[in-house]
Amino acid sequence: MEFIISKYNYWMYIVLMMIGFYAMIAKKNLVKKLLGLNIFQWAIILFYVSIGVKKGGATIPIIAGGHGEMVHAVSAAQYLNPLPHVLMLTAIVVGVSTTGVALALIILIYRRFGTVEEDEILEALK
Amino acid sequence: MMTEHLPAIIIVFPLIMAFLINVAGWWSKKPCFYMALLAVTVSFLASLGILNTVLQSGTISYRFGGWEPPWGIEYLIDHLNAFMLVIVSGITLVTVLYSKKSIEQELPQKVPQFYTLFTLLMMGLLGITITGDAFNLYVLLEIASITGYALIGLGDEKAPLASFNYLIIGTIGACFYLLGVGYLYIMTGTLNMADLAQRLPALYSSNAIMAAFAFFMVGIAIKMAFFPLHVWLPDAYSHAPSTVSAYVASTMTKVGAYVMIRIMFTVFEPSFSIQLHPVTAIFGWVAAAAMMYGCILAVAQNDLKRMLCYIIIAEVGYIVLGVSVANRMGFTGAVLHILNDAFMMACLFMVVGAVYYKTGAKTIVDYRGMFRKMPFTSASFAIGALSVIGVPPTCGFFSKWYLVLGAIDARQWFFAAALLLSSLLSAVVFFRILQHMFFVPVESAHKHGNDEAAGLKRDEAPASMLIPIFITVAGILLLGAFSGRIISTVIQFTVPEGF
Repeated sequence: MEFIISKYNYWMYIVLMMIGFYAMIAKKNLVKKLLGLNIFQWAIILFYVSIGVKKGGATIPIIAGGHGEMVHAVSAAQYLNPLPHVLMLTAIVVGVSTTGVALALIILIYRRFGTVEEDEILEALK
Repeated sequence: MMTEHLPAIIIVFPLIMAFLINVAGWWSKKPCFYMALLAVTVSFLASLGILNTVLQSGTISYRFGGWEPPWGIEYLIDHLNAFMLVIVSGITLVTVLYSKKSIEQELPQKVPQFYTLFTLLMMGLLGITITGDAFNLYVLLEIASITGYALIGLGDEKAPLASFNYLIIGTIGACFYLLGVGYLYIMTGTLNMADLAQRLPALYSSNAIMAAFAFFMVGIAIKMAFFPLHVWLPDAYSHAPSTVSAYVASTMTKVGAYVMIRIMFTVFEPSFSIQLHPVTAIFGWVAAAAMMYGCILAVAQNDLKRMLCYIIIAEVGYIVLGVSVANRMGFTGAVLHILNDAFMMACLFMVVGAVYYKTGAKTIVDYRGMFRKMPFTSASFAIGALSVIGVPPTCGFFSKWYLVLGAIDARQWFFAAALLLSSLLSAVVFFRILQHMFFVPVESAHKHGNDEAAGLKRDEAPASMLIPIFITVAGILLLGAFSGRIISTVIQFTVPEGF
């Protein structure tokens, strides 16, 4: 139990990822598949964001001493690691463009086959 | 001064041009092709310049924006990077020349969009090969993949569904790669590949590092269509427009193979991927299975493009096999095969595209008597096919020779036998087509057809398609003739230490 609670952020990302994975495999509807893919991607983003956290009242990295002073008022131990968050800004952009392309493809498929259900499309292709 | 900044120019110039092509496309379709040609030519010349510098003075380290590694993004270019850059940009230049007529026929409404995406795709692939930062590689991998999905989606009526399936599977692969990067970042606190390589050996016993390595390998195996994660490839590549098939078939899987080599032997040491965990041993057996599977399914196909797609799966197997026998000969063969396969696949897919452009032929039966109709194209196909089979003096023979020598050096007799057997199978695949193209008499070819005269008249593909095909054919023959020179000047320096 202790093992689960102390690392619950990792457990949550795995659970979310598996929900997304299930949707991609089991759902016939292409839009639902795409939503599964999105859940899968956001789970990884959650994982990255959570690894920047520090215990013991760490805060956002703002230099509290004001402008012009040479001393850094905040030491590294007192703020969260911002790098994973910055990386995830890029990953969110990647996720959005993937979703955009996928939606465009779904529209194309709908125009050609009149449906977004995978089994009906495969039926029509026969 | 300019040569110093070549690593930036090779990426930034096509990126800006991709944007400008799209803007220019609002007014006129005409300049798009020439702008793309300019972007690709500049990248090709820059990659030649980089290769020249690397050959003369060794590894280049370029700091993007002047930030010092490991904080900033570093472009670290050694012999393998420079070699891959020349292959990718060279193939792009040939395909862009080829694309003009083919795109005008297949996608007349979407010329600016096509060239925008095409330039972006090239930029993504070049970026993957040039970067020395693990997260930067992920971003560029996704740029290349997303443009790839969009380009494949432009194909025939089944293309959007094939592209959608590729998108789902490909994004899972990229996500696995991203997770691998995350695990390494938690354990080491760095994203720079050279820095990772220094910090990792102390942590090799950690489970998190092992999980990260597993995520990397599965993610990359999906991206490079390594058996049994190849299911997306035949659909996606066979329904794409001709030019796109020719381009992605000859570059994307090879860039995937490059990433695998980079992760296995640069980020992790050879001792980790060979001795500590038996990764290469497992990959060797899977690669042997991939070669067999690809060739056997290729025999069963009727659609020529789809058949070539299964040949690609077998070719990926060859490259991985060469890496996984883990000795100097095998690795040399694998890197040489990356180069040769890029030219062979470009040649074969371009011929299929040219035949489709002229006659609309798709299946093997449609190719009956094609030699009478399109003699130059058919002859080029024959040379490409002989190279895939591995007949000297074409380049395919030399890389297979090194692969077999590598397998024998490693005392893996089964792998050597598998290489020879899959070569025989590919001979079966291609001689079936060559027979239809060259030896089926015109009378019997046109018993079924009603247009008697059309078969006899020579109707060759336009020059703008024939010249790129001839360039790749010349490449196949010259790479065969000069393979010794290529190995002694470039490839021998790419072999990791400890092999």
